[in-house]
Amino acid sequence: MLKIVSAVIGRDLKLAMRRQADIVSALFFFIIVVSLFPLGIGPEPDLLRKLAPGVLWVAALLATMLSLPRLFADDHRDGTLEQLALAPHPLGLVVTGKVIAHWLVSGLPLALIAPVLGIQFDLSADALLVLTGAILLGTPALSGIGAIGAALTLGLRGGGVLLSLLVLPLYIPVLIFGAGAVDATVTGLGGEGHLSLLAAITFASVGFAPWATAAALKIALE
Amino acid sequence: MLEADNLECVRGERRLFAGLNFKLEGGELLYLQGRNGAGKTSLLRMLIGLLPPEAGEIRWRGMAIDKLADEFRADLCYLGHLNAIKEELTPLENLLAAARLADEILSEDDAIDALEQVGLAGREDLACKYLSQGQKRRVALARLVTEKRPLWILDEPFVALDVAAVDWLAGIISGHLQRGGLAVMTTHQLVNIPAGQVRELRIGG
Repeated sequence: MLKIVSAVIGRDLKLAMRRQADIVSALFFFIIVVSLFPLGIGPEPDLLRKLAPGVLWVAALLATMLSLPRLFADDHRDGTLEQLALAPHPLGLVVTGKVIAHWLVSGLPLALIAPVLGIQFDLSADALLVLTGAILLGTPALSGIGAIGAALTLGLRGGGVLLSLLVLPLYIPVLIFGAGAVDATVTGLGGEGHLSLLAAITFASVGFAPWATAAALKIALE
Repeated sequence: MLEADNLECVRGERRLFAGLNFKLEGGELLYLQGRNGAGKTSLLRMLIGLLPPEAGEIRWRGMAIDKLADEFRADLCYLGHLNAIKEELTPLENLLAAARLADEILSEDDAIDALEQVGLAGREDLACKYLSQGQKRRVALARLVTEKRPLWILDEPFVALDVAAVDWLAGIISGHLQRGGLAVMTTHQLVNIPAGQVRELRIGG
């Protein structure tokens, strides 16, 4: 069971390394969107501190959205998706591998760069730590939920827009608790509660989403 | 071994075929024939379990394939009209990745051997995007050499191949049939398969 998951992760990471432009462009999108806010709002530390969690999280959601349409589309186009579906394993495990690989190349870099970007918003060291933790905890859920949307819109014309309409509303809980954790730390309430809920959302969605995605992929492959 | 019982296929509003039956034993090859749009590819996709039939049942070793699920797919090698290779990877990497996903143990030496057999010696380490159509098809065909599966389902396997490769593939299919394997394929080219029992099935009138 682990073998197939690691085989899929290995394959997708290798492909991502050959196409680094995809990873880098989503990451730069995140950096630029987040950096535009302090420039536009001006140097008011109190206001910036208040805006920081929301801005960083919304930018993280949008950056994740950028890479989602290609999650299955490339495999679908060259026929490898059929072969993945014909592997002698449940398709849900294959999708789990793809979701993990997607997180490694899209979510993880966001979490690593977020504390650097947080400095622009005058966040304290504590808040930066919680921010990084929250993005680390929350982005797997974004990849998992996003995979369902990517599978449902697979092969549709103009699927990218539909994908955003489908997926962004489902990202709201992650946004609320992710930004809430940082907010609570900034105001001194402590973000542990929010982080626990975020972890719960992530476990539920990473466990459940691949199977829903597999069902959607089977329909797309008919 | 492979048995189709009263299959019916409906795509969109059109019924492509109904009441389709056949039975295929080890060592037999089934040629699917029919004009374009008759439902040959649809039938193949039913046989591999990706397209559920409107009515009827497909059985492998006497059991329905949707019940067998993973067990059936472990016996199956499918070659679609898409090559299922990654342009960014080299032929060698493609073959090794496909084998890992299919749960086959494949050493690098065996993979290189297989690529030599399909006539890609010296091109193992060139990204597939630099290969020609025919060479890409050969990379896909190398899976027939590396994967030891009893049931081959091939959709237009001879497309884009040159004369030498067509002969080679016909030989590989005969070898497979001689070892007691089964094959179902569609083709518009008439290729002589030297060994095995060849049967024909015409669909869509």
